[in-house]
Parts: sequence; C-alpha cells; structure tokens
Amino acid sequence: MHELPITESILKIVLTYAEKNDVRQVMAIHLRIGKLSDLEDDWIQRYFDYLSKGTVAEGAKLKIERTPILLQCNVCATSYDVEITNISDAVCPDCGQKDSKMISGREYYIKDMEVQ
Amino acid sequence: MEDVRLIEVKEEILADNIKVASGVRERLRNTKTMLLNLMSSPGSGKTSLILRTVEGLKGSLRLGVIEADIDSTVDAEKVAARGIPAIQLRTGGFCHLDATMVTQGIDALAASEFDLIIIENVGNLVCPAEFDTGAHKNVMILSVPEGDDKPLKYPLMFTICNVLLVNKIDYLSLSDFDMAALRKRVLALNPNIRIIEVSCKTGAGVGDWIAWLKKEVDVFRLGQRSV
Repeated sequence: MHELPITESILKIVLTYAEKNDVRQVMAIHLRIGKLSDLEDDWIQRYFDYLSKGTVAEGAKLKIERTPILLQCNVCATSYDVEITNISDAVCPDCGQKDSKMISGREYYIKDMEVQ
Repeated sequence: MEDVRLIEVKEEILADNIKVASGVRERLRNTKTMLLNLMSSPGSGKTSLILRTVEGLKGSLRLGVIEADIDSTVDAEKVAARGIPAIQLRTGGFCHLDATMVTQGIDALAASEFDLIIIENVGNLVCPAEFDTGAHKNVMILSVPEGDDKPLKYPLMFTICNVLLVNKIDYLSLSDFDMAALRKRVLALNPNIRIIEVSCKTGAGVGDWIAWLKKEVDVFRLGQRSV
C-alpha cells in the first residue's frame, strides 16, 4: 500500500546518481528488498513507470532481489532463514531453541543501476 | 551502440525518512518529551485507549496528542474535548505517517511543553510499520474481534513494537480467540515485547498500561541530561 512514497524515494536517488554520472538513459535498477516487506513488485514498477515519465529513468526496469528473513539464535548464535509464513514456529536448527533475534529481512536498498 | 555501464548506488531507499526521524528523536530528547507511536487496524480502539490514558494519567504528566487520519478531525475533537492539546494531521489519502508529517505535528503542538506526546497513527497494520516516525516507543493494539492469527499475517508490525495491547477482552467469552496461541505467536516474533490485556470499555487492565507508561516516561526523562 505504501509503494508510492517508496517509489518516489527510489526515483529521487536514481536521478541524483544519474546526474552525477552524466547518464543519458537508465536501463535497469537493482533493488534489494527484505522478504518481510509487503511491497508488491508489480506496483512498484507501475508507479515507477508513471513517476519517471520525461526523466532519464523513463522505461527503466526495476530488478528486485528479495533478501531472506534471517534469524540468529540467542542461545548458540547459529543463523538461519525462515519464511514469512512459518516465522512463528521457527526454531534453531542446531539447538532447537526459539529465542532469536532478526538480523535481516527488512532491507530497502538500491544496489546499483545499469545505464548508458 | 553505446555500452551499458553499471553504477554502484548502495543507498538506503528510506534514508531521508530515517534521517528526519533521528532528528525528531534527538530534538525531543533535549526537551525531555517522550514520543510514543500508537498503531493498530481501524476500529481496534486507538482513540478509546488515548481517552482512557488521559483519564488514567489524571494530569500527572503533561500530555499532547497528534492524530492522523486520512480526512477527518473526529479523533482530535474527542481528545480536545477532554482538555488535552491535540493536533489533527490529515494525511490526504496516505496510509501512514512519516517523520516529516510528525515534525509538522510537533511544531504545531509546541512540543517542549509536554512530557509525553502520543501519535495516533493511521489505522493500518501494514504501512505504518515500515516508516520510522521518530518515536521513542512503538505501541500497537490488537483487538479480540480481529483474531489471534494477525501476527502470522502482519509480522513486521509485531516485530517493531515495545508493547502489544490486546484490547476488547470483554469480548473473549463470545469469541474463539486463543490468547495462549496469540502470546506464543507474538513472542516468537518479538521476545522482548510486553503484552498487556485491556478493555477500554470496562477499564480492565488499563491500570497495568498506565503503570507501564508512567514508568517509561520517568525512565526516559531521567535518562536525558538537563539542558
């Protein structure tokens, strides 16, 4: 639901980098977004297509890599992946304890972009 | 044809908001004003909880309220009717508050005159969880009629909160809501969260909430150096 402000931020950062690097056309943007985020990839692209009209980023494809939800066991420090659907039942694969902290899964990050 | 180049960006998409939010936190630390962000679905009892909080604090803290709503001033009017300074922010269709909007609310309230400011965020369990408002504490309400499965559907919200208030416990006898299952699901997501069962209708459990709140404000204010 909050794809619009996120997309506005993406475009702003992309255009800043495009200007700094004398870019004529942005072809693709690589994003890293945590699996805990509810963002819909299709909607980010649709908003981006709309917002980027008339800029050097018009027509750029957003390539989204979803980073896993990674928990770290508070007992034995083992890190392990969980899916959003079974996060509540997840236990440490090494020691079987549930007590853990989240170390990734909430990322909102622009990695790089392909440009001409 | 021109070659395609790769430019490294390595930027946080929400960096601007995070920066503004950190500024809000710092500014309110200087005036010893604790900012609390209250989130929930529509209709789970945010405004009722604020009214109960006004009553429970009995003037022991200087309280201000920032209300956010898509397009109405109903909530702020209810709070202001109790003699509490309240600002209504109309988000104009936005599904959440961000730190810049909160800054406007704080400016309008003259924040330095308060010990505690409560933000009533837009009713929504998804978007408000993603945007740092600059609050020092995040609190959410889940009401019994919404069901005990909500941590499975909206895990992010449960992971970012310091307190979960389970409201409308007066409905428990009418529903198949499983409190033990809820607690297990929530604590798996966030072992540090404090869960308090309340009914804003009957007042049950509200004392526990007020006690938590007073203690947190005391700790917060003591922790800030005098200016």
